[in-house]
Amino acid sequence: MKNRKLLLENVHIPGIETFDVYRKNGGYRSVEKALNGMTPDEVVEEVKKSGLRGRGGAGFPTGMKWSFLAKPEGIPRYLVCNADESEPGTFKDRYLMEKIPHLLIEGMITSSYALGANTSYIYIRGEFMYILHILEKAIAEAYNKGFLGKNILGKGYDLDLFVVPGGGAYICGEETALLESLEGKRGNPRIKPPFPAVKGLWGCPTVVNNVESLAAVVPIINEGGDAYANVGIGRSTGTKLISACGNLVKPGVYEIEMGLSVEEFIYGDDYCQGIANNKKLKACVPGGSSVPILPHYLVTKTASGEDRLMSYESLAEGGFVSGSMLGSGGFIVFDEDQCIVRNTWNFTRFYAHESCGQCSPCREGTGWMEKVLHRLENGHGNIRDIDLLAEINKKIEGNTICPLGDAAAWPVAAAIRHFRDEFEWHVTNKDEAITRNYGLSKEPLIA
Amino acid sequence: MKTETTIYQNTAEFKGFSKETLAKFDEIKNHFPAGKEKSAIIRMLHLAQSEIGWLSTEGMDEVAKMLNIQTIEVYEVATFYTMFHVNPVGKYVFEVCRTGPCMLVGSDKIIDYIQEKLNIKVGGTTADGAFTLKTVECLGACGYAPVLQCNYKFHENLTKEKVDELIDAYRSGIIEN
Amino acid sequence: MKVTIDDITIEVEAGTTILNAARKIGGEVVPPAMCFYSKLPGTGGKCRTCLVEVAAGSTADPRPMPKLVASCSTPVMDGMIVKNKTSERVHEGRSAVVEFLLINHPLDCPICDQAGECNLQDLGYEHGSVKTRYEEERRTFDPIDIGDKIKLHMNRCILCYRCVEVANQLTEKRVHGVLNRGEHAEISTFIEQAVDNEFSGNMIDVCPVGALTDRTFRFKSRVWFLKPMEAECDCKKCAGKVVLWMFGQEIYRVTGRKDQYGEIETIDDKTAWICNECRFDKKDLAKWKVTGPRVIDRHSVISQGKYETSITPSIKKIN
Ligand SMILES: Cc1cc2nc3c(=O)[nH]c(=O)nc-3n(C[C@H](O)[C@H](O)[C@H](O)COP(=O)(O)O)c2cc1C
Ligand code: SF4
Ligand code: SF4
Ligand code: FES
Ligand code: FES
Repeated sequence: MKNRKLLLENVHIPGIETFDVYRKNGGYRSVEKALNGMTPDEVVEEVKKSGLRGRGGAGFPTGMKWSFLAKPEGIPRYLVCNADESEPGTFKDRYLMEKIPHLLIEGMITSSYALGANTSYIYIRGEFMYILHILEKAIAEAYNKGFLGKNILGKGYDLDLFVVPGGGAYICGEETALLESLEGKRGNPRIKPPFPAVKGLWGCPTVVNNVESLAAVVPIINEGGDAYANVGIGRSTGTKLISACGNLVKPGVYEIEMGLSVEEFIYGDDYCQGIANNKKLKACVPGGSSVPILPHYLVTKTASGEDRLMSYESLAEGGFVSGSMLGSGGFIVFDEDQCIVRNTWNFTRFYAHESCGQCSPCREGTGWMEKVLHRLENGHGNIRDIDLLAEINKKIEGNTICPLGDAAAWPVAAAIRHFRDEFEWHVTNKDEAITRNYGLSKEPLIA
Repeated sequence: MKTETTIYQNTAEFKGFSKETLAKFDEIKNHFPAGKEKSAIIRMLHLAQSEIGWLSTEGMDEVAKMLNIQTIEVYEVATFYTMFHVNPVGKYVFEVCRTGPCMLVGSDKIIDYIQEKLNIKVGGTTADGAFTLKTVECLGACGYAPVLQCNYKFHENLTKEKVDELIDAYRSGIIEN
Repeated sequence: MKVTIDDITIEVEAGTTILNAARKIGGEVVPPAMCFYSKLPGTGGKCRTCLVEVAAGSTADPRPMPKLVASCSTPVMDGMIVKNKTSERVHEGRSAVVEFLLINHPLDCPICDQAGECNLQDLGYEHGSVKTRYEEERRTFDPIDIGDKIKLHMNRCILCYRCVEVANQLTEKRVHGVLNRGEHAEISTFIEQAVDNEFSGNMIDVCPVGALTDRTFRFKSRVWFLKPMEAECDCKKCAGKVVLWMFGQEIYRVTGRKDQYGEIETIDDKTAWICNECRFDKKDLAKWKVTGPRVIDRHSVISQGKYETSITPSIKKIN
């Protein structure tokens, strides 16, 4: 299929991180177009038409989210960019911000105008401090050239843009935890309702969007929402940044057009070029650590035998029984030497470590699962532990304040669903389990 | 699992922040509307830690004073976020990613190798106070794994040889803080 | 607006939470609340014991809510249908929450000052399964004194954040808070410092478990041996309306007056928080005017004789 690029097309131009080069290559046209000839509502309308869905993981339609923003008289509104990027397997926003920072800034100006925000923030994970400096430099340039500050382009629109670092906490990617952190507090997710669109930053109406979502506003306004909607497949419009990692020949960040086949993405010459070291594919987590793992026989084909495509719908085909999710686009590939039990334990340890600790099911449940999995992985488990895990899982899922609880539960449930034989093998072959790997899982008789 | 009850003592000698740091504090506070300066806290703590080397209670108390908030509010924030060291650490803190994608390509071996090479365990500091080894969760660099971060700098695609070079470079001052 | 909880319909004001609506009905339909405290704005949502099923969101949008919701922090909508006791899912969810709250709990009720008036103990009786499947080592902390009046047994804490809100809302300076995160989160002062403030003793009254206890009372007696009496005094700092816990003519402990939900009562339109002087320093009966026996009408082990001990006759059994 034709692979159109809408975000990273110019990323390889030397100096593109500077205002002048970026501008020479068509940068900041969307700001001019919006401010010169469009009302804020018209901008929102274009984004709605584009079918853009949030790139942070949940896939909520961006235009719709924007139209929910409350607009009470005399109360400021805020746009906050979520650059917390901490979902294991995800490193696409980092790439975009580092290589082409002005794209995000341009997207934020156009979007802030659409939402009527006069102050906007980029909340970036603290580990990306060097990118914070890249962004601040680019922001200073934009102020200098009159694209930020008072009376932008002489159109009477004012906007200030600041970058705020986090301090090391995955949970601050959750939008209300992010807002708490941005207010200088511990990153405890808020209890909803109220939603940020009504009461967000400092109690004011706020939109939180992912870096890539805001960057995508630039081509949407430049080319029009309909043109954007023509790229991609079905309700998965446009392009998506996929960060590929794990046992691949060529891991990295790729911009793909939605609808590319998973087969092509893993094995194609333009993409990851197959599994490293001539090994076989064992499993794949296609959308960041929180989404269900797929065993090799469900990666490139769905359970019904159709080609699996890189799109929201196709990756989810089969639901939780035989599908997964596009999530944040963190594409993690496992070769035949990888131990699923060990990896499941590793991910669970991640969630236990990153739980804010506010609500009891997540605080206690993630830690409990971690300990049971650790036992299993180290040959001290028993068969009952596998069912126990499945049960703890169900007790967490749906009972927590924020989706981190679910995100911790799903990977464990999916791993047991597809790799139960490997879990059992860890119990029955305790000594071997420590020294050797189970290898490829067997294909079930009925997929 | 025994959790040590957290009671910290004041240990560091602290004579206040430098002029440059204080100026930066003031600038950062201006990023937020009047009355919302508390939002500056995380960035101030980053700067405070960079200057002191870790977050001593004296340093945090000073931040509290400048933000006009209670000291416990600073302690609460500092202990929530993993980048802040509320105990003394070495001059160079190796924070090695231990999460899935890094583990898939051998972060375990890298962690073992650093432990061996520096003769410390995860969480420990070398006798000369030069290096502290910590493990952290995903650093957002999974495609360039294994990865470690040292005082905000990323070091990617690690191998044993690279680790050797890195330690030498830090020891000899080729890489600066 | 109208809301139906376990088939009972009542009319409440807009903005009322499901829990408060249930409390208006009273009795069995009231979900247990371990973290929400109606007198402390900002509490709730954390423990998840008050989860209920919303079978219909409202008249306008009668779809059921997919997940159980925290009744303490979900406002009712007109025509909402809620299931508490009548929902199997709620029962399951709540048992799950209770199990989670207990896995790292020391279960040291026999030596805990709160035994007999502990919300977790009550909850465990109602929803806990007898045997736990938790085989891991429990999280432990050493008990510490936070000042000379209050003892903190972090092992028992369920991180309800109520004491933090007391310190925020009733005292000028908060010196304790929640440190660290996840399963390492703990209530602490970080550096050694005393929680000593005119109203800090109320932290003990709001603590649903035995994590914060009165050092001036400790180990003197089990509460069910004591006779609670209502008393008052002329206090400049607080309303001076308290419960004296007596053994013979001796005052063993002074607390605020708690209602059936374990919350400090509203007296003359104000929450009758008591000051530290009344709580810790007035152990002399001459300083008090005793007005009568205190009726403990809480659904609790004190009133249920769950313990082998004799029950003080003045404690009436309700429920
Ligand atoms: C535990 C958790 C972590 C999250 N981390 C991120 C993140 O790192 N980056 C991000 O953009 N969204 C993250 N999200 C999703 C955000 O809550 C939010 O949905 C998103 O920023 C909205 O932007 P979008 O609509 O543009 O995707 C996370 C959500 C949860 C529950
Ligand atoms: S689910 Fe976990 S991370 Fe989310 S609020 Fe609860 S404890 Fe915090
Ligand atoms: S000490 Fe008591 S009141 Fe404070 S958080 Fe823990 S359980 Fe709640
Ligand atoms: S897993 Fe190590 S950087 Fe993401
Ligand atoms: S009382 Fe509602 S969540 Fe704790």
